[in-house]
Amino acid sequence: MKLDGKSVLVTGASRGIGREIALEFAREGANVAVNFSGSEAKANETVDEIKAMGRDAFSVQCDVSNAESVASMVKETIDRFGKLDVLVNNAGITKDNLIMRMKEEEWDDVININLKGVFLCTKAVTRQMMKQRSGRIVNIASIVGVSGNPGQANYVAAKAGVIGLTKTTAKELSSRNITVNAVAPGFITTDMTEKLTEEVKSEMLKQIPLARFGEPKDIAKVAVFLASDDSSYMTGQTLHVDGGMVM
Amino acid sequence: MADVLERVTKIIVDRLGVDESQVTLEASFKEDLGADSLDVVELVMELEDEFDMEISDDDAEKIGTVGDAVNYINNK
Repeated sequence: MKLDGKSVLVTGASRGIGREIALEFAREGANVAVNFSGSEAKANETVDEIKAMGRDAFSVQCDVSNAESVASMVKETIDRFGKLDVLVNNAGITKDNLIMRMKEEEWDDVININLKGVFLCTKAVTRQMMKQRSGRIVNIASIVGVSGNPGQANYVAAKAGVIGLTKTTAKELSSRNITVNAVAPGFITTDMTEKLTEEVKSEMLKQIPLARFGEPKDIAKVAVFLASDDSSYMTGQTLHVDGGMVM
Repeated sequence: MADVLERVTKIIVDRLGVDESQVTLEASFKEDLGADSLDVVELVMELEDEFDMEISDDDAEKIGTVGDAVNYINNK
């Protein structure tokens, strides 16, 4: 097992990619704090599955764009597990619209959760990780943060921001043995992408050299790699896990 | 006062690997003791633990010398 006994906090872990990351980390031996915003029942399902594997887990409600809420979530995780080895910044939302139609509120909501949330969670765990002289931060960005995508100005700006934040955090914390890397998923089948029309989906499929949509597991496996000792000589990187969509 | 200085000095010597004689009240963490910004943040964290107090980010930013740290702790 690659993460035996590690203490991990995964944001947005009740559904989709975050849920699969939480489960995959547990399969590799980690104890997991399962953060959710609204879906408590789903989060508890994830927790139950993890406990069934013999690991410790608990669900924790938190709006990642709220500093106080984030601080108490991190404290709860450290109190429960006694340490914090890995933070996975996964929580994210979409509010798609063309720029000319995008409401200021749609812009702010997505930036607050998807970008400010990563900053706040990162800030909240650094103290503990610096004291430990070790830590791993894995940010879930998106391939559109690299390529751009019409209709997603807010989401793309936030995800490109996460990639930049990953590099800066990596540089600031490298001397304390904390690595910070990002995963940029392509088209992954989740609730978030289910919303797209068949027409959009078939257009997207044409742009994927590996000719299939990704599964949450494709991302979770790479997140495990970035959280494990296997990637100890990597920091500040963004791995594209997108079937070759953007090279 | 002496006790606080002694405890602060011990932490600085341990953390920054400097000689005890260099740790004077006037000594600046960054300029005289070779600390970088992260070292100062860590020193503040250790002082919080040692003296069981919370030092806010605003206050922490004002701590530049050994004397600043000692005075801050004594005034709490």
